[in-house]
Amino acid sequence: MITKPLIKMEKVSKKFPNVIALDNVDFSLIKGEIHALLGENGAGKTTLMKILFGMLKPDSGTIYINGKKVNITSPRDAMQHKIGMVHQHFMLVDSLTVLENIALSYEKKPIIDYNEIEKKIKEISERYNFYVDPKSKIWQLSVGEQQKVEIIKALCGDVDVLILDEPTSVLTPIEVEELFKALNAMRKQGKSIIFITHKLDEAISISDRITVLRKGKVVGVVKPSEVTKSDLVKMMVGREIAEMINKDKYKSNENNIPLVEVENLVVFNDRGLVAVNGASFVLYPGEILGIAGITGNGQRELAEALIGARRVSHGKIKILGINTTNKKTRDIIKLGVSYIPEDRIRFGILPNLSVTENLLLTNYDDPRFSRKLTVNYHSFRNVALNLIKEFNIVTPNLQTPAKFLSGGNLQKLLIARSAVKEPKLIIVSNPTSGLDVATVALVHEWLIRMKKKNVGIILISEDLEEIIKLSDKIIVLKEGKITGNFVGEAKITEVATAMTTKVST
Amino acid sequence: MRVKLEKRVQISKYEIIAVRIASIVLALLSIGLLFIVSGIDPFYAYSVILSGVFGSTFGISEVIVKSIPIGLCSLGLSLAYTAKVWNIGSDGQLIMGAIFATWVALFSNFPQVLILPSMFLAGFIGGLVWATVPAFLKSKYNVNEVIVTLMMNYISLNLLDYLLSGPWRGHGVFNYPITDEFPKFARLPSIPGTRIHYPTLILLILLTFLILFVMNRTKFGLEIKAMGDNLEAARISGIDTFKNSLIVMMISGGLAGIAGVGEAAGIQYRLIRNISPGYGYSAIIPAWIGGFNPVVVLVASLFVSALFVGGNIAKVSLGLSYGLINVFNGVILIFLISSEYLVGYRVRIEWT
Ligand SMILES: Nc1ncnc2c1ncn2[C@@H]1O[C@H](COP(=O)(O)OP(=O)(O)OP(=O)(O)O)[C@@H](O)[C@H]1O
Ligand SMILES: [Mg+2]
Repeated sequence: MITKPLIKMEKVSKKFPNVIALDNVDFSLIKGEIHALLGENGAGKTTLMKILFGMLKPDSGTIYINGKKVNITSPRDAMQHKIGMVHQHFMLVDSLTVLENIALSYEKKPIIDYNEIEKKIKEISERYNFYVDPKSKIWQLSVGEQQKVEIIKALCGDVDVLILDEPTSVLTPIEVEELFKALNAMRKQGKSIIFITHKLDEAISISDRITVLRKGKVVGVVKPSEVTKSDLVKMMVGREIAEMINKDKYKSNENNIPLVEVENLVVFNDRGLVAVNGASFVLYPGEILGIAGITGNGQRELAEALIGARRVSHGKIKILGINTTNKKTRDIIKLGVSYIPEDRIRFGILPNLSVTENLLLTNYDDPRFSRKLTVNYHSFRNVALNLIKEFNIVTPNLQTPAKFLSGGNLQKLLIARSAVKEPKLIIVSNPTSGLDVATVALVHEWLIRMKKKNVGIILISEDLEEIIKLSDKIIVLKEGKITGNFVGEAKITEVATAMTTKVST
Repeated sequence: MRVKLEKRVQISKYEIIAVRIASIVLALLSIGLLFIVSGIDPFYAYSVILSGVFGSTFGISEVIVKSIPIGLCSLGLSLAYTAKVWNIGSDGQLIMGAIFATWVALFSNFPQVLILPSMFLAGFIGGLVWATVPAFLKSKYNVNEVIVTLMMNYISLNLLDYLLSGPWRGHGVFNYPITDEFPKFARLPSIPGTRIHYPTLILLILLTFLILFVMNRTKFGLEIKAMGDNLEAARISGIDTFKNSLIVMMISGGLAGIAGVGEAAGIQYRLIRNISPGYGYSAIIPAWIGGFNPVVVLVASLFVSALFVGGNIAKVSLGLSYGLINVFNGVILIFLISSEYLVGYRVRIEWT
């Protein structure tokens, strides 16, 4: 029996200035299936889904729901057709509570019936084992919890089709498991799910079918049982990717002068609570220090203290032998420190400014392309063009506002930005979140290359495999304390255990 | 039936232009209704106003005259707004500029050739000092600059009242709250037959291009654009956001101060209570319409000043009250500003 698709998108095309984002794409979704959508950064995954959700108008093509041609011109239309979407970049209001955020997108009457919405949230939470406190404010939640809020928000609209745009790039392994359980439960109830991811294992393990996009074209629709990971890579990138990590065996560098010395550091977070609680470590040039731990355990505060963007309330930081405790960010950056922050939209990107200006943000002081007061945009042009080539950034041109770049390309932009100067110390948070396999390899290779040039790297990541693969030393951060310390080879299980250790107070 | 606003995802250039034109047409139609209610033939009224503003050298020259203070204030505001520093106090800063310049003109004993340059300098400093207070409170104690700049407007107005009713009141002016006329060497020359005090006009044009240069070519320009777009990212990249918001606020105050010098030394030749009929407030509009781009802002200033002049002409030749004129100008601006918002949305009517 041939199942008739619930949703069919036929010959959908979408052009943006200078890019063809989608070129005659066909896509179908069957009732009760989980359908993974794969493709390189900038392949057009988000664009295709935004069209289905009524946020973008296709240049051509038709959408059928249950065999009937429909015209979806706004998210409101999409919701009327029972389609919900969780976006790659969250769209929650920070200062409002979970409840208020959800009310904001659903309540149509002028007087909001909070009790009713709360009941709804509770019902959904119970049905899918998905709990968040409706009364907490968004800014108090971790990224993973915010992701849950977005999903609950989408489900509150009684959807039959749920689109998830890279839901797992911000989740911890445990949270991913939880999410998958919920998705399975939804599938059982006959809901259909479109799931965008860069993690091939996930796609293979949870989906019923996989559609692969490359440069705006469908390369194939496959069943996970019929393909291997490397088949998928080949479909996505058009060639095989062999990640060439030759991390030399760890050699103690301890006769050298230390690059970073952190002693007994205490730092508070935005809420005024202790975020880093007495951390000490030393980093030598040419080392990669992995900081493992679940996001929200003091990583951001530690990194910001290191670059002088957050007050150190106790303890000491020395970089290159110079005391940099509570020094100005500008002066610390001048010592040769590059920082790639964890939340690129909030802390990294200038959305309305051009690609060039974004690349210049941390580099306009460089005498190669500036004078005392002025910036020489002209001489930066070639540097920018080279970066775009080196880091494979997909952008129509250098003048394009950053907000028009795909998620992965924004991440590449941040990494490219930190490569302009020859840094001595790189502090990087979740460098490969949201990147496709090819680009992950590219970034990893870049980090190793930097390390070989004797650059010291502090690699903060939730991705344990990444940390283990790259680091010479690993510390584990839990509730602001160092709960694990590994030198040389470390086992994934040991590190994972340290990540979940109870912190004694 | 329900009428709904929906966020527009994409906007084409033509749609933007169409919305703008439609908003002006709608504004003129609604004002037409007001004319009819007041017993005036709207076609006659519009033809009088249009020929008054654009059909005579006087009209055109007056548009330029008023665009000088509006443009100067607007230019400074564009700089501040680019960094998302919300200065609402141009009017007070303009008044302080005029006060400082008046002191130089009437009470300093500077050599005559130095008087005019000193007046500009003093006016710049006057506006700048006035803006420093809110700027300092904002960067040091995070006090909302909107409130403080607004309050400072009232303080400057009271200071002006005090000076004009006492210490600075002129000798030969009976009891009017005005100062003596400035001596000849403290007056700005005008283009003959008009009130266009061209030194200030030239200054305005030079400053427009200077600020364009600052925004697009300097480190400082990049820094304030970054601050305005993502303050958190700017801070983490090592930009001194405190210092920069202080600077943009002070410069925008200084430019408003210069506008005050122009009014005192180029138009009134003395300090009067009504030295600014709200130029500092009106200047907020061209800054927004022009998207903080100095050259576009300059053009938008001309437009806003044409509204001012059109209003004056309507008052004189149609015998309308000043209040009604303000209503007309308000209507046009409300339509324009709401179109700014509507461009991002579309109206949808659902028949149910
Ligand atoms: N509003 C826009 N204006 C101009 N170009 C755009 C716009 N939105 C997307 N693009 C371009 O369209 C292409 C596809 O983008 P899309 O966001 O769909 O990629 P993606 O597959 O979701 O990538 P990622 O995995 O990095 O999120 C990219 O080259 C992007 O730069
Ligand atoms: Mg995407």
